[in-house]
Amino acid sequence: MDLFPLWNSLRIAAISSVIIFFLGIFLAYYISKLPKVAKGLLDVVLTLPLVLPPTVCGYFLVLAFGNQSPIGQFLNNVGFPFFMSWRGAILASVLVAFPLMYRTTRGAFESFDDDLGNAGRTLGLSNTYIFWRIRLPYCKNGIIAGLVLAFARALGEYGATSMFVGYIQGKTATISTAVYNYWTIGANDMALIWVLINITISIVVLMAVNLFEGKKKGNKRVN
Amino acid sequence: MSIKVKAYKDFGSFVLDVDFEFEKDTIALLGASGSGKTMTLKAIAGIIKPDRGYISIDGHVVFDSENKVNLAPQKRNVGYLFQSYALFPNMSLKQNVLCGIRKYHLDKEEQEKRFKDIVRILQLEGLEERKPHQLSGGQQQRVALARILIGNPDILLFDEPFSALDEYLRTRLQLETKEIIRKYNIPSILVSHNRDEVYSLAEQTAVIDQGKVVVNKPTDALFENPEYLKASILTGCKNHDSIKVKDKQIIFDEWGIIVKKPKEFSDDIKYVGVRAHSFSPSEKENSNEIIIKEVMEQPFEKLVVFRFKKQKEGSKDLYWLVDKKVDTKKVSRLGFKTSKILLLM
Repeated sequence: MDLFPLWNSLRIAAISSVIIFFLGIFLAYYISKLPKVAKGLLDVVLTLPLVLPPTVCGYFLVLAFGNQSPIGQFLNNVGFPFFMSWRGAILASVLVAFPLMYRTTRGAFESFDDDLGNAGRTLGLSNTYIFWRIRLPYCKNGIIAGLVLAFARALGEYGATSMFVGYIQGKTATISTAVYNYWTIGANDMALIWVLINITISIVVLMAVNLFEGKKKGNKRVN
Repeated sequence: MSIKVKAYKDFGSFVLDVDFEFEKDTIALLGASGSGKTMTLKAIAGIIKPDRGYISIDGHVVFDSENKVNLAPQKRNVGYLFQSYALFPNMSLKQNVLCGIRKYHLDKEEQEKRFKDIVRILQLEGLEERKPHQLSGGQQQRVALARILIGNPDILLFDEPFSALDEYLRTRLQLETKEIIRKYNIPSILVSHNRDEVYSLAEQTAVIDQGKVVVNKPTDALFENPEYLKASILTGCKNHDSIKVKDKQIIFDEWGIIVKKPKEFSDDIKYVGVRAHSFSPSEKENSNEIIIKEVMEQPFEKLVVFRFKKQKEGSKDLYWLVDKKVDTKKVSRLGFKTSKILLLM
């Protein structure tokens, strides 16, 4: 059995998660500090992929990075194409899974006790130190939960991925696109195997989320 | 020590507009919740930025909107004790306290030495590796103090530090804090709504109401003559009435009492106050018949809710605090010395 879809799915989800992690923290932090109107607007834009059908996201990706677009042609020329490549699947996963990380992280940042940051500043601690050593550890559980959700979503991404990078065996095939393709050619037993693999991974991920959320409740400060 | 604060900030629903100067070492801002006293403290620390104004600590300008001076909180060298103590929950006691000297970039040895000293002085030995949630309320406060004091601040800012504590702990920590302030000889500003706290800890007190300083004077003088109705309420006076002045008399609007106008009397005076302790059954001055409505037993005193017989209907009941031994059932008249009347604006 060709295990490429499993390995490909995992590497796409892992790389996407790393990108989403830093991007999510960065945007969640700076957007939470913006004035109300700008915050609301950016919130809508960044959350949109969560509610749009993934095919719409895929369509936009093709429009922006496909062979017809200037960016797509440029990437083809430098030999680094995203369209119909496993790299493109990372782009699709980041786009679709990002809102999950962004929203959970922002929620976590908003629950941060501002007195802690202010105490740090009056003690002479630098803003960077406060961010990495006080704010992030305080919001740790929320951030990890967001990251795990984003990872799970990236792992299960189908719509945008299949439109943007298709299903090329040994190149762009992922677990979810493999299920669909085995089913269309009537290889039901293969489809079932991939379905079971997918379900197993999802259960593990969701159990991890519950574990972190349970911990968060137990850790609340008593005043 | 001298501190000068002139700060204006419009929060939309609330306007902070304070202006005061202190020349003493232990000072207090007394105000009800929402009066703007914590905002004032945060402006001094640089946590909030006034729209305009001027703040200097011991001649050192930390904020001046005209000359575009606005030092970051990190550069003001103030020690701010938060009501919640704001200990970093992910760090141990030791890590928390060492945060207070990170700014000096000392070598390990010197850090250890200073840490050992402060832990000994604040009696926190043996707790070094504990996380904040494993410490009692009193210990948490001492850790917060240690974290501040280890960095040698120019001034200490206390934001309602005792209000979350029970009676017993409060008195003990007040004493401890007083001792520490004396030992380190660092000037301090205390923000509080509690008159006892202010009275026992501050030499000078400013009363803040609705974002403005109404009175600013030595603490004992403030309690003797609060000058303003709002200040009188904050100093704990329980009985107030509005007045009219006719010829040489002061006429109480609601109580039906008339007294002689004192020689020194400002036309701005519109209210009077009589403290609950100032009434006495044996006092001949302003003695009037009363009706007792209720007697509330307190641990060492009785709080008697009463009305003068000639008091206007619908007006507020009055309070009399008296020793437990006095049989209030036999009391039918109460008087008070005219000299005990607080004249208020």
